[in-house]
Amino acid sequence: MRPLTETETQTLFAKLANYTGNSLKNLIAPLDNGPNADRYVFRLHQSRCYYVRLSLANLATSISRDKLLSLGTCLGKFTKTGKFRLHITALPILSEHARYKVWVKANGEMPFLYGGHIVKAHVGRWSEDCPEHQGVVVYSMNDTPLGFGVTARSTGEARRLDPTGITCFRQADCGEYLRDEDSLFATS
Amino acid sequence: MGVGRRMKKQGAPEPLDEAHFTNLKRKAGMSVTESRAESQQYVKKRRTNGSDSKPARKDKKEKTNGKAKGFTNSMALPSQKSALKKSKKPEAVPLPLSDEEDEDSDAADFMNDEFDDLSIEGEEGGLGDGDDFLESGSEVYDSEDDHAHKAMFSEDEDESDAEEKLTAANIAGLTRKLDEQMAEQEADAQAELEEAALQTNIAGDRPHILSDDESDEEGVKTNALLAPDLQLLRTRINDTVRVLDEFSKLAEEGRSRAEYTAQLLKDICVYYGYSPYLAEKLFNLFPPKEAFAFFEANETPRPVVIRTNTLKTHRRDLAQALINRGVTLEPVGKWSKIGLQIFESPVPLGATPEYLAGHYILQAASSFLPVMALAPQEHERVLDMASAPGGKTTHIAALMKNTGCIFANDSNKSRSKGLIGNIHRLGAKNTIVCNYDAREFPKVIGGFDRVLLDAPCSGTGVIAKDASVKTNKTERDFLMLPHLQKQLLLAAIDSVDHASKTGGYVVYSTCSVTVEENEGVVQYALSKRPNVKLVETGLVFGKEGFTAYMGKSFDKSMKMTRRYYPHAYNVDGFFVSKFKKTGPSPTGAAATVKVDAGDEEVVDKRPVPETEEEAEDEFGGFDDAEDEVYIEKGKKNLMRKKGIDPKASKGDASKKKVNGKERSSKAK
Repeated sequence: MRPLTETETQTLFAKLANYTGNSLKNLIAPLDNGPNADRYVFRLHQSRCYYVRLSLANLATSISRDKLLSLGTCLGKFTKTGKFRLHITALPILSEHARYKVWVKANGEMPFLYGGHIVKAHVGRWSEDCPEHQGVVVYSMNDTPLGFGVTARSTGEARRLDPTGITCFRQADCGEYLRDEDSLFATS
Repeated sequence: MGVGRRMKKQGAPEPLDEAHFTNLKRKAGMSVTESRAESQQYVKKRRTNGSDSKPARKDKKEKTNGKAKGFTNSMALPSQKSALKKSKKPEAVPLPLSDEEDEDSDAADFMNDEFDDLSIEGEEGGLGDGDDFLESGSEVYDSEDDHAHKAMFSEDEDESDAEEKLTAANIAGLTRKLDEQMAEQEADAQAELEEAALQTNIAGDRPHILSDDESDEEGVKTNALLAPDLQLLRTRINDTVRVLDEFSKLAEEGRSRAEYTAQLLKDICVYYGYSPYLAEKLFNLFPPKEAFAFFEANETPRPVVIRTNTLKTHRRDLAQALINRGVTLEPVGKWSKIGLQIFESPVPLGATPEYLAGHYILQAASSFLPVMALAPQEHERVLDMASAPGGKTTHIAALMKNTGCIFANDSNKSRSKGLIGNIHRLGAKNTIVCNYDAREFPKVIGGFDRVLLDAPCSGTGVIAKDASVKTNKTERDFLMLPHLQKQLLLAAIDSVDHASKTGGYVVYSTCSVTVEENEGVVQYALSKRPNVKLVETGLVFGKEGFTAYMGKSFDKSMKMTRRYYPHAYNVDGFFVSKFKKTGPSPTGAAATVKVDAGDEEVVDKRPVPETEEEAEDEFGGFDDAEDEVYIEKGKKNLMRKKGIDPKASKGDASKKKVNGKERSSKAK
């Protein structure tokens, strides 16, 4: 377990900024105004990146490397080529700071959770003036975050789309907790 | 009640909120015709059977009303009346909402008070309440639009209030369930009557259960060849239990209790498929009648229960969402604010969007108990020693509201995937997952405020879930497991910080009912660690732990531990105990077996010096008579430590004494 290097931080933040926009800095702001206030930090452990309270990260140092399996919230992993891949486990953090959002109707929930992209007919609501290929967080109509993806069209273009046209490419959905349990948390 | 329900079903369609209850409505609509036919049949049956159950129900109703002192009375009666009138007069009579809330919360309080005897009676009372609520509730909300419905589940309302209404909204399914139950009861009663008639025939003379010796052997032979006649076996078990209950009256002349017990055990092994060893072990825990009920309960599955994840949602919201998916459910009991019991579900509960979003987790009701006993506080450091698959860990995280720190340990790496998955799905952010053998623990990190040890066990409490336990547990398992559990419990005790301002507690629990794994382990910890004591678990129900069992006596404070049985509470068999650590564990306690500081007399375990004769020269001769007294005392102490009453086995002790004398004389 170690803090991220400069390049790793850049890769990670570039990825996160795609979803959160400017509120990214809230992620690492101190939790209160005290002199030694707790804050959230990023920690790398076995190529996975964890978003965790500093106090918790310090406690976790007493666990040896091969015995530590997870701490705090797992954001995703760094690939062997140095890219960063967000996992579904990052959803609570993304949804908290999301800039663009898509709400899917009840009939679109299951297709999305089974790994499908979002077609226009299933979109219930959409953040205005969302550009193309922008990271969005997907919600159900009662504001439960379900996953995230990237837009296939800008909001304006999507209006002209036919009902079966894809408006948003799925990147991760909650269904992965069941489908990919083995690969998602395999630590070795 | 029966008539009232029928009237309800025939009356105007349920005036529940259109947008949110379409699914439910369709369902209810479908069931109307069915249930009408059913209820008519049912009424017919009732008439023929006489109104036996009716006054009983009424009694219960009156009891509840009476205890609720006035306010429930005044509420419940009009609502019942309105239920009867409803078919004629469908227009709504809006009740003042605040009044109703008040009444509801009061009623809830009262239910809490009365909760201690968590019996079917109470449950039925609850259902009855739900009935009333359907009426009053639906009439209130009839005339209002969608917003009213939202207000019904708004934040500021009393929680139990909303739950009652949820139950009410759900009533279509519940009533059907109830109908089935009643029908079942009726059938049972009928069967019982027949049985009673049979028994009265026999009762005059004593039932002939035990066969003669030679025929017995033959019987066994034929049994081995043929499949056992289950019906016959069952009646024989019934009879034997009856005889054992009133042995002096019903037993045949010249037959001993042991013979009957042996026969019963043999029958149980054949009928339920237990290994003889385990059957005897479990049988010895209970009086015969209760043991029979226990074996019977192990054949039926426990209800499906889900736990609301309070980090993400509230129980009433979750219940509403699931009801919209056509799930029938109700609160699991007054003892839990976050449990929901599922009756039936048209969708797989492990794959709904709510499940995937982490709003709930499938968890047996008994698994709530150790965490409730642990009662973790915010900003504490907690250790869960055997945490997979994470039901209890996430429960702890929810109780701590994601503050503080939880170390979730599990020794099995493959099981920890599910653990990490559940932790993330349910949004617990304060956990550190590690993969140690839990016995290493005070060395890895100590100073915890609370430690939960849900120890690996034989699983004799969850036979309903995993029937393989019946046959695959041997004597060896019941030596190995307690040994491991003792080590784990000592490690847990040593990991706790006794000086913690808020905590210093250890909770030890197993899903087993055997004494070796429960009271035996606790007793061992008490004798090995004088710096811990048992405290109240804070659980409102459950049977007291044993203070004596088969000649072994345990600490008096063992009463504070809690046992749960499937036949008594319809939860898995379970054991929960809670320790408070009062002082530091002695140094090096983890590494070596420590001399018990609690006893006055410290037994010297140093080896006898090899050069004995020289020693004798130096100190002079031994006084045999004096030694005898000390040896005797030491032996008694040792026995007491092992939990055996030294006075009980005097013959044995005297034999040992003789041996000891011989040995000492030889040494001389």
